[in-house]
Amino acid sequence: MVEAVLRVENLSVNYGAIKAVQNVSFSVNPGEIVTLIGANGAGKSTILRTISGLEKPVTGNMSFEKQSINHMSSEKRVSSGIVHVPEGRRVFPGMTVQENLQLGAFTVANKNQHKVAYNNVYEQFPILKTRRHQDAATLSGGEQQMLAIGRALMANPKIILLDEPSMGLAPLYIKKIFAIIQQIRDTGVTVLVIEQNANQALKIADRGYVIESGQIIATGTGAELLSSDEVRASYLGG
Amino acid sequence: MDKAHIKYTLSWATLVLMIFVFIYVTTIFDVIGQYGMTTIVLIGINLIAAVGLNLVIGMSGQFSLGHAGFMAIGAYATALVSSAIPSIYGFIISLIVGIMVSGVIALAVGLPTLRLSGDYLAIATLGVAEIIRIIIINMKSTRGAAGIFGIPNFVNWQVVFGLSVVAIVFVVNFVRSTTGQAIIAVRDNEIAAESLGINTTKYKVIAFVLGAMLAAIAGGLRASFIQSVSPQDYTFMQSITILIIVVLGGIGSISGTVVTAIVLGILDVILQNFGSLRMVIYALVLIIVMIFRPKGLLGTSEFSLKKILFDSGGDHGNNNSKNQ
Repeated sequence: MVEAVLRVENLSVNYGAIKAVQNVSFSVNPGEIVTLIGANGAGKSTILRTISGLEKPVTGNMSFEKQSINHMSSEKRVSSGIVHVPEGRRVFPGMTVQENLQLGAFTVANKNQHKVAYNNVYEQFPILKTRRHQDAATLSGGEQQMLAIGRALMANPKIILLDEPSMGLAPLYIKKIFAIIQQIRDTGVTVLVIEQNANQALKIADRGYVIESGQIIATGTGAELLSSDEVRASYLGG
Repeated sequence: MDKAHIKYTLSWATLVLMIFVFIYVTTIFDVIGQYGMTTIVLIGINLIAAVGLNLVIGMSGQFSLGHAGFMAIGAYATALVSSAIPSIYGFIISLIVGIMVSGVIALAVGLPTLRLSGDYLAIATLGVAEIIRIIIINMKSTRGAAGIFGIPNFVNWQVVFGLSVVAIVFVVNFVRSTTGQAIIAVRDNEIAAESLGINTTKYKVIAFVLGAMLAAIAGGLRASFIQSVSPQDYTFMQSITILIIVVLGGIGSISGTVVTAIVLGILDVILQNFGSLRMVIYALVLIIVMIFRPKGLLGTSEFSLKKILFDSGGDHGNNNSKNQ
């Protein structure tokens, strides 16, 4: 049995009186692509934001590589290898592609590592190399998403948390993004991805969790969930 | 790349030297007189304060309405310390004292307010500047509302010119540093910055503290130059005067701040002849600029020698598509 790289136990998060996440437990093994699927407002984003330290849990435990991260600052989490790509791309529009990437390596003190990271990112996203002196604002939506992912990779993550990476993209780019997610995993980075595009996400995922109203209602391998009648009916459009 | 950089730095240095020589020549032939000299010094002082405020407003995107409070701290530090030690060393020590006190107070104000998102800093600084002024009025050592007179003068236009250049070079380089880029990242997208491991509060506070420190230098220079300080010099209107320079020049544009500080300084002199109409015309100019250049005179762009001097004949190995 492999030891999970990320383990979430009985996690609950509230926004004021609203219970956004209730008693959620799941784990991610090294080298896996794990997806959380569910409708809008099911609490998927909140779970990611809590893992990366942007939200505080009410109860529950989160551990990364067997160490509790409950009281770790979000900066510490990034430097220990948990990097979050927030929803909606969020590149720095007035900065060039290269400056955006540079900020991705903010927590990496070793300058030699920056070079290696640049090379890796430019190898994975040749378009970013072509556009490296362009302002991020001039990139297309798909290119911005690649930049956001590339920027996260600059931090040398062990696990990358992707929040709706395919949202609002043209179909061609959606395909590309999912191919990239597999590529990232193949380079040894564990992936936790949340998606409304459940069909695509489950196809590439090793395992998935279905979330409804802040609770996990089903789990299984990607293939199992894809063929489950219940999941098909609710999230895959019959 | 390095050669181009040297060329670029040298051409800036030449420009600065040319301005220096120009002012120097006007003083030799006494073209502008004592009054003109005073204007140049006050422009330089406003410039230092405004560059500091632009660091806060333009770079970190936080609104500060209490810049005069930090100027007052610098001014009173210089008044008290350099009166006690009337030598150039006393003056230098007084500037350092002002910078430190101002920085500590900015830290105390910034830490709690900059944790919150929203314009809390504006409200807090508004209050803090008033508190500083009222403390000064009520303290014995600052001689209350009457102020302090007979402060030894160690400031001439050369000192102010030199320190203005240092302040501008410092801020421009700071903006390009890793810390500066982090501050801009926080301004542009706080969530993205946080997700990259940038401590958003820390970098907002750094910008605010540095801005307050520059204000203290401006205050100290002013106190020494006009040889007196009084609480009336550092009211809310003084904060607004500096704010106008930043907003009119273009929030986030250091060159805009420099140009506006100079233009408004000269405008102020010209308008002296108009008596009571002065403030009306001044206000009209501000309104007209805001109508035709709502983002300020230079918007967010920077004046670039690179573009003017080196971009006439194709590519010079500089990738400056970003510079306007």
